Amino acid sequence: MRAWRWLRDTARAFWRQFNRPATHLSLGFLTLGGFIAGIVFWGGFNTALEATNTETFCVSCHEMNDNVFEELKTTIHYSNRSGVRATCPDCHVPHDWTDKMGRKMQASKEVWGKIFRTIDTREKFLEHRLELAQHEWARLKANDSLECRNCHDYDSMDLTRQASRAAFVHRNYLATGEATCIDCHKGIAHRLPDMTGVPQGVQAGASLPSPH
Amino acid sequence: MRHAMKPVSCLLAGLALALSLAACGERAPEPEVKRPAPPISARGNPAQEIDGMRRHVPVDVEITPLPMATVENFDRTRGRAYPMQPPTIPHSIDGYQVDLNSNRCMLCHARSAAASFQAPPVSVTHYMDRDDQFLAEVSPRRYFCVQCHVTQTDAQPLVANGFMDIDEVLRSERAQ
Repeated sequence: MRAWRWLRDTARAFWRQFNRPATHLSLGFLTLGGFIAGIVFWGGFNTALEATNTETFCVSCHEMNDNVFEELKTTIHYSNRSGVRATCPDCHVPHDWTDKMGRKMQASKEVWGKIFRTIDTREKFLEHRLELAQHEWARLKANDSLECRNCHDYDSMDLTRQASRAAFVHRNYLATGEATCIDCHKGIAHRLPDMTGVPQGVQAGASLPSPH
Repeated sequence: MRHAMKPVSCLLAGLALALSLAACGERAPEPEVKRPAPPISARGNPAQEIDGMRRHVPVDVEITPLPMATVENFDRTRGRAYPMQPPTIPHSIDGYQVDLNSNRCMLCHARSAAASFQAPPVSVTHYMDRDDQFLAEVSPRRYFCVQCHVTQTDAQPLVANGFMDIDEVLRSERAQ
């Protein structure tokens, strides 16, 4: 009862203060100040957000630097003939603002994991690898491999320039929507965990309802 | 005349400032990158040299490596170069993970997946254990594909191969 009364009094006092017209500050100061503060806060927020959206930020944790980043380095997404490469956020953070915010909120779990050292050794990481990978597969399956398609557009794929087996599979399964990129390309950028019982290839495409 | 001088002096001052700033910036010297010398050989065509490492060039002469051969990636089955040869892989297998955790080859070449990918299925013998019992999956002793099946590059053969298969031998004997 006492706590309730205290809460009510505090809220009322706050509202009274908040609702009262300013006695010393001018309208110009308040509007312009609010405008400038808005710019500063919004800009600061976006700058901080973008700073967490860089590869240097990701690999500043040894968990990422020693495990997944090391593995990425040998793949085509890091080193290739033309030198165009994907960084961590290109595949792991959605590009659209709303989805990005959602993912960033989910990422607070990763901060938790960092603080409580869930994967701070190679052994612990390997133990959790299947679970971690399954999260990413589920995400890419649910959004029809959106992060792949940010760069790899089926309409721009020249199938005649692909190896014939790749062209065959893409024409028969990707184009028809029977399978999405991640169904066949699990482990494209990192080593795979024990895949016993995990469907790969066209079986993976058939095992879940297609988003099309 | 004085009006005309003003922009000129401004320009001069600007130039002097730019020059002094450029002189101040102490930049680390760029690492010197040398263009590789063309591959050499003491006996003619370096690609045909059997001594691949030094190519018979004296040890006090610097050797540049030959261009790396590219893996053939045309998806056409090759003939065998000797009897019982394991079929060679007619495509590149860059980044294919074949280890305890996963076998990328079996994604397409497993007997259950071969039809949907139009890939040649693995022979049934690969599903048999050493007691000739058939297993549901590829046998552990056949699991590591590249132990026998390998890719081919476009490198020049260093030694000529005079292999004739038995049909050819019989045909030539019959012709005599």
